[in-house]
Amino acid sequence: MDKNYHDIPGTYVFDGTQNRAGYHLNMFCKSLDVEANRDAFRNDPDVYLDRYPMTAEQRKAIEDRDWLGMLQLGGNIYYTFKIAIFDQVSMQAVGGMMSNMTEEEFRQMMVNGGRSVEGNRSKSEGN
Amino acid sequence: MARITAGIGTSHVPAIGAAIDHDKTQEDYWKPLFDGYMPAQEYVEKNTPDVAILVYNDHASAFSLELISTFLLGVADYFPPADEGYGPRQVPGVEGHPELAWHLAESLILDEFDMAIANEMPVDHGLTVPLSITCGQPDAWPFKVIPLCVNVIQYPQPTGKRCFKLGQAIRKAVESFPEDLNVAIYGTGGMSHQLQGERAGLINADFDTAFLDDLTANVDRLVNIGHMEYLRESGSEGIEMIMWLIMRGALGEQAKEIYRHYHVPASNTGAGLIVLEAA
Repeated sequence: MDKNYHDIPGTYVFDGTQNRAGYHLNMFCKSLDVEANRDAFRNDPDVYLDRYPMTAEQRKAIEDRDWLGMLQLGGNIYYTFKIAIFDQVSMQAVGGMMSNMTEEEFRQMMVNGGRSVEGNRSKSEGN
Repeated sequence: MARITAGIGTSHVPAIGAAIDHDKTQEDYWKPLFDGYMPAQEYVEKNTPDVAILVYNDHASAFSLELISTFLLGVADYFPPADEGYGPRQVPGVEGHPELAWHLAESLILDEFDMAIANEMPVDHGLTVPLSITCGQPDAWPFKVIPLCVNVIQYPQPTGKRCFKLGQAIRKAVESFPEDLNVAIYGTGGMSHQLQGERAGLINADFDTAFLDDLTANVDRLVNIGHMEYLRESGSEGIEMIMWLIMRGALGEQAKEIYRHYHVPASNTGAGLIVLEAA
């Protein structure tokens, strides 16, 4: 199957490969929907994370709140964002952390019309 | 006979719901967006349907990676608002229309659209924010709702063409329901936005405007937009716009534009709204 979407810069398309790689990471995130699980994670993150058979890299990305790293290791933004909700961090703050901007810079970029598609379409074409 | 009279396309950004729920709609940041929603609310108030088929996506709320269905119909008589980590939105619960929903499920499956069927599911901001945008803050939603949930998170999402054809089949199915019902259909999500990666924050107002234009001017072009074009041009989450094509397909050959509104930004999103009527 053609995976030409890998040519789009700064974009992690959640395909079957990503789903398989990130299944336990994402299901950990999903578990935070339940208040008792949030409490358990808050009380003892190490013990709670032991419930999910993730790779060491995935576990470290979660511990470091490495939002980009989580995506690269199979995380999906709708799942990883549940950690941001847990941390009471906004989507714009997370957007900024993934693109090397402060929350305020990111918010201002959005107010000014968002990130332009010009120059952000294709790695190979550079447009 | 039941008939589909109107189609509404709208973004379903969670922050729009939060702005309504926390009385922020008149703040400088939000006012231009919400002012533009008023004519749509007036339209819905004057033309209140009996039932709305609401096409939306679940955001890892009712469903997770355990089970991913491409198209799913909610056939329950009640759908509670989901807890998305902040506690459920304080909005009315959503009353379903099981008779029409089952009629749709049966008709669509026999018409070769293999729907999944849900008897119990909470509904998240994808469904309740469009209701808030078009109905305000009533004590109860003014019409019954049939949720039609589409996978837009897991690649590959259904094609826009398949979505459009599903819309056409929905029109046919509704018209074979014996009861006299006025049915509206919502297509929600989008418009351009990307929540993830180094390209987070992408907005493409030209793409969005052309999409709104071609819902009446050139539906063929929209139906043939593929995954790559959505992902590249409208952001990884802009592909939600395929859900608008289910709505458009359900309006028949010709549709008339009654009203539109477009505003950047609503949080990280190009927020669009359009009211169409079957012509």
